[in-house]
Amino acid sequence: MTFMTSQASRHVLRLGLLSGGFILFAGVIGMIAAFHEREVVDDFISLGQTLLLAAPFVTSYVAAARLSEAGQEPRMALAGGFVIGALTALPTIVLLLFNSEEYRNLLYASLRLLPFVAASFLAWKSHAQGNETRQVAATWLTAALLIGIVAFGFALIFEVKGDLRGVLVNVDRDWVAVVTFDHRRELWTGIGLLLAASAGAGLAGAVMRILPDIPRRALLYGLGITLLVGAFGETVRLVLQENVDRDTLREIFRRDTLRQNAAATLFIVSALAGFLWALFGRRAQDEFAALDNSRRHRIRNLGMLLFAALLLALPWLIGRTLSDVAVTIGLFVLMGLGLNIAIGLAGLLDLGYVTNYAVGAYILAALTSIGPLGLFKGTFTFWMVIPIALLAAMFAGFIFAVPVLRMRGDYLAIATLGFGEIIGKLALSDWLKPLIGGAQGVQNIPKPFLFATELKNPEQLYYIVLVACLVTLFVSIRLNNSRAGRQWMAIREDEDVATAMGIDTARAKLLAFTLSAATGGVAGAIFAAKVGTVFPNSFTVFISINVLSLIIVGGIASNPGIVVGAVVLIGMPELLREFSDFRFLMYGALLILMMINRPQGFIPSKLVMHEVQAGVKPKLSAGD
Amino acid sequence: MALLEVNDIHTYYGNIHALKGVSFEVDSGEIIALIGSNGAGKTTTLRTISGLMAPRDGNIVYDGRDISATRADLLVVRGISMVPEGRGVFAKLTVEENLDMGAYIRADGDVAEDLASAYAMFPRLQERRKQLAGTLSGGEQQMLAIARALMSKPRLLLLDEPSMGLAPVLVDVVFAAIQRIASEGVTILLVEQNAHMALQIANRGYVLQSGEVALSDTAANLQRNEVVQKTYLGID
Repeated sequence: MTFMTSQASRHVLRLGLLSGGFILFAGVIGMIAAFHEREVVDDFISLGQTLLLAAPFVTSYVAAARLSEAGQEPRMALAGGFVIGALTALPTIVLLLFNSEEYRNLLYASLRLLPFVAASFLAWKSHAQGNETRQVAATWLTAALLIGIVAFGFALIFEVKGDLRGVLVNVDRDWVAVVTFDHRRELWTGIGLLLAASAGAGLAGAVMRILPDIPRRALLYGLGITLLVGAFGETVRLVLQENVDRDTLREIFRRDTLRQNAAATLFIVSALAGFLWALFGRRAQDEFAALDNSRRHRIRNLGMLLFAALLLALPWLIGRTLSDVAVTIGLFVLMGLGLNIAIGLAGLLDLGYVTNYAVGAYILAALTSIGPLGLFKGTFTFWMVIPIALLAAMFAGFIFAVPVLRMRGDYLAIATLGFGEIIGKLALSDWLKPLIGGAQGVQNIPKPFLFATELKNPEQLYYIVLVACLVTLFVSIRLNNSRAGRQWMAIREDEDVATAMGIDTARAKLLAFTLSAATGGVAGAIFAAKVGTVFPNSFTVFISINVLSLIIVGGIASNPGIVVGAVVLIGMPELLREFSDFRFLMYGALLILMMINRPQGFIPSKLVMHEVQAGVKPKLSAGD
Repeated sequence: MALLEVNDIHTYYGNIHALKGVSFEVDSGEIIALIGSNGAGKTTTLRTISGLMAPRDGNIVYDGRDISATRADLLVVRGISMVPEGRGVFAKLTVEENLDMGAYIRADGDVAEDLASAYAMFPRLQERRKQLAGTLSGGEQQMLAIARALMSKPRLLLLDEPSMGLAPVLVDVVFAAIQRIASEGVTILLVEQNAHMALQIANRGYVLQSGEVALSDTAANLQRNEVVQKTYLGID
């Protein structure tokens, strides 16, 4: 019988505690309880419980992969998965005990002893020589000290507040109910259930990893798709509602929740699809690659045509609520494509993109509003103002670019960040109040008309955004392959060398900032017409950060990447509105995970792929 | 008349007085070597001539006109091309794209021809035309940087430390190429720490020391000069 090497067991320990810490953290900040509100499968599992089980599952899967890479037997991977699952539950169980009146004092007393235990452990260990043991001992001491500090902190909380909730406001009945699987009263049953479920999920994750390829993929597809549909039940129902009759819908969903039968069917169907794809997918791809060029083109064109038809029909397929989300996504795609000219093509890190959005919105508001602040009361229509907003934003982009032309990299980013703030303050200022209403903003902005039809629904506005996006996409692709695109590329790589090629870098940068601003202006104008009112609050630095993040997550300088980035970073939070408290937390987590595991973005551009292949550090700015 | 006249230029980095009145001239068709130790102001001199830095005092006359205040990119159009220190190839573009980039300012249709002659001069580059420049060896990158600078059809080629970081064999290849370029009528101003190689191919040379010209003579005389031998050629 072989035992795990100490390295492997340390690995398992670390991953297990990591996932345990994550679950504890998610509980303490109220995420688990909030997610519990959304059922994934009716009367079976909630999103909060999914999170609770997904952590050990995924962690064990990763650990099992690493263990088998390190040459461990499958048996060890399974054991590792089980241990990780149990460890995941551990921190939460400790907090549960702290939270219960019966065990709190006992625990607290024993915690106070821990530093002494650790100290004696250290003393005992230091007899043994060798660096490694010393390190281990030092680790233990540190851990014990930390626990001691935490215990001291808890003690203070109890003394001052009487219970944990005084500080950890989210450690409440709801949280206890979720993590004990509704056994709030019988604490030990609850703890047992939690431990069993978590260890089971960990084991399942490890099993999943050591399964042969084909069944594994089938199961993962089935599980993934079912959970995804369940988690976004409301969205799926909204889509189905447009296309399926009521009775069928009622069989699939109970309100917004997937019914158990439907979930089971979905699981089987998607697992089967995954199975077939795993069996024949590769062959289909090979056959496609073996086709001669013209036929491949024809198939690809057919695909494009289908995609175009889908885009055109989208509002009818998804209904009003989701069309509204689609419009928002579209506006961010528009801005993403614009900002990408500065960041992706020319390598100019612009953190003040909101400026252009605000200029577009306020221009449209001031020129078309029929309210008291409107300058012309209906003389100007939406269509007349769109080009004006575009030019105004370009002008703003130009003006803001002039003073920062000589700056590079980080300095440029900070300066543009400042400009973004200035715009916000200007919008709030008394000076411009007669024009744009200060904090009250501008109201009564009429919707656009097209041939005497008022485009007042998101379904209709969608087409305006779609056309704007397509035009921008076309221009952006043409730009990339143009002389200007080459200029920017050279500047992005090395400004001095670009100059040595005879490129007027000042002019090229001005051009990048000016063109980049244009789509921001259009997006702002459409946004203003869509919501009908414009407030300074809508134009914060978060817009700039959102646009920047979606470019980074999607893939710098990659047009399809920007669309995917917008769907993920803008669309998903819109669909998970009830969890908006955690929006930026998830944002940050996603960005960090992306930077570690996939710095080139979801759909990287060819150039960035070159960077990764050549081992060149991905570069955001043209700094030195 | 000299193609390039540098008259008593003073260049500063902030408050640091880097060039303290450097003067020299380069005649058409010559190879001129600027030699000197680290920090003597060699690179600063090249950057000032190429327009990346402006002299605070003195002037630079190129082809009969004062270019001291002319922008760097316009000087490329006027026929001054620079190969920057550390080569500066576009790492993520292919070799051929790099060369195309070098012809950025040109509107005539003869680029293909010049591409062919660049490949004739550096056959290695042709073998690697589709390879990313960042994956080339140091010597190949230097060849690429020189070939790229030639794509703008310069009259005056400024070379900043072409031998830096190269294996001795490659230094020979690069210097042979420089001589060939000169024989085709391109005037060359060469900045080098490798004084030995530089003086072997140059017509005349200038020795820079702490921002000033300490010595100037024909290359042959400089090679025989005792001070130069001791300080820069390592001969006792």
